[in-house]
Amino acid sequence: MSHHIVEVQDLNYTYPNGPHALRGVSFRILHGESVGIIGANGAGKSTLLQHLNGYLAPTQGSVRIGDCPLTRETLPQIRRTVGMVFQNPDDQLFMPTVYEDVAFGPSNLGLPPGEIETRVTRALETVGAGHLRDRMPCHLSGGEKRAVAIATVLSMLPDILVLDEPTSNLDPRGRRQVMELLKTFHHTKIVATHDLDMILDLCERTIVIHEGRVTADGPTDRIFADADLLARSHLEKPFRMQACPVCGKAKNQSIQESSRK
Amino acid sequence: MPSLESALLDLNALESLALKATPIHRLDPRAKVLTALACMVTVVSFDKYDLSGLLPLIAYPVVLMAVGGLPLGPLLGKVLVASPFALLIGVFNPFLDRAILVQVGPLHLSGGWISYGSILLRFGLTLLAALILISTTGFNGVCLALERLRVPQVLVVQLMLLYRYLFVLAQEASRLLTAWSLRSVEGRRMPLRVFGSLGGQWLLRSLDRAERVHLAMLSRGFDGTFRPVRALHFRAADLAFTLGWIAFFLLARGFNLPRLLGQVVVGIFS
Repeated sequence: MSHHIVEVQDLNYTYPNGPHALRGVSFRILHGESVGIIGANGAGKSTLLQHLNGYLAPTQGSVRIGDCPLTRETLPQIRRTVGMVFQNPDDQLFMPTVYEDVAFGPSNLGLPPGEIETRVTRALETVGAGHLRDRMPCHLSGGEKRAVAIATVLSMLPDILVLDEPTSNLDPRGRRQVMELLKTFHHTKIVATHDLDMILDLCERTIVIHEGRVTADGPTDRIFADADLLARSHLEKPFRMQACPVCGKAKNQSIQESSRK
Repeated sequence: MPSLESALLDLNALESLALKATPIHRLDPRAKVLTALACMVTVVSFDKYDLSGLLPLIAYPVVLMAVGGLPLGPLLGKVLVASPFALLIGVFNPFLDRAILVQVGPLHLSGGWISYGSILLRFGLTLLAALILISTTGFNGVCLALERLRVPQVLVVQLMLLYRYLFVLAQEASRLLTAWSLRSVEGRRMPLRVFGSLGGQWLLRSLDRAERVHLAMLSRGFDGTFRPVRALHFRAADLAFTLGWIAFFLLARGFNLPRLLGQVVVGIFS
């Protein structure tokens, strides 16, 4: 199914006020892959994500989603294919009730009312927010807002999910719930984050971005094993792979040691 | 700044009243918009000395608030907040217009007092009608009704976006003001220089935020038209509501109901 492929070639982007945010980024993400995009603050992660649904147009290079190159003509189709979950759910929820917010996308697709109702109900149930449907978004907790924000995107039945920091500003339990939720999706997933422990759980592949360039692209465990690479990119190993503050041993190290014996 | 945030909360409270499910809330938004409009036009059309004729119209807010389960306190509170404007407009009437119009025992009421009372009552009635409309229909419901009533869509979308971004702007402003007040001397007024840069920051931040909200809308296929989630149905009950109230308004406008009532009562007793 080639229409779930995301292909970025030699992507360059310079902001109108000067900063050169992306310098020749290239990668190809296949159907059903779950990919983490990691990098320091200001490395270019968000700029990259904003190219994937055509909010920003490349200064140079190209983005292809499935069989279509991203152009002005294919934009509506691509926005339907790529579901984007924003870092701040307050930016994403703008209708007076949760129901209307989740229905906003499907109604823009021009679907009949019955179909909209089914999609909204299903999306809200998927994220476990069925009971929130008549609430006002501004009265929800951080975790609930995040769940609803994900539902607003799911109701459009996207093939590819793009998530910007899906676990930021959540309490540990809320974070765990979002991660469990994301695990159940078999969409192509692209997750930009600083939460490397989440990447460890969710993504088999990781792309490291530093100063607008891809500095590494490969299996997550291999990338997280490379301490030098991480340090150069202003990152650290996920907490679970670091030494335990009590016993001084890393969890993974002990697993590796026990498997060697 | 607390006052700004409480104003936002107030607006939110009004909006959350619209989520109730009473017979009034279930009416078609168009019926409520038309009725509220008819009420306002009727109220405004009364002669300035016709205080008694206005009185029956109080039935409109009273009935809607009772059936719609709206709390009296918060709504009257909002009327009070806006009242200085109306209080000032007519404040000189009692001094300028001293001709005695009504005499009740030892109490002499001049035309000035009556017209002042009529201004206040008209102000209260129109404002209440608007507040009731919003708190039983919701702002988006009103916009939807306006669109169906053939108000140009550009105008309606403008209204909806204005309302949406009002919150965005106010939240940004309140964050900036909090940041400033935490580091400024208690009780000092904001120097002009700070005000200037704060204003600039406010504009830039709001633009950034607005851009992200816009991106979120575009990502979900927004193309400049808001589509109603629920189809509107103008039922017999809506027609009865609208026509019933309009008939009542015409009746109250055409005949002085309190005077008629008085004549009937006096007639019975004599």
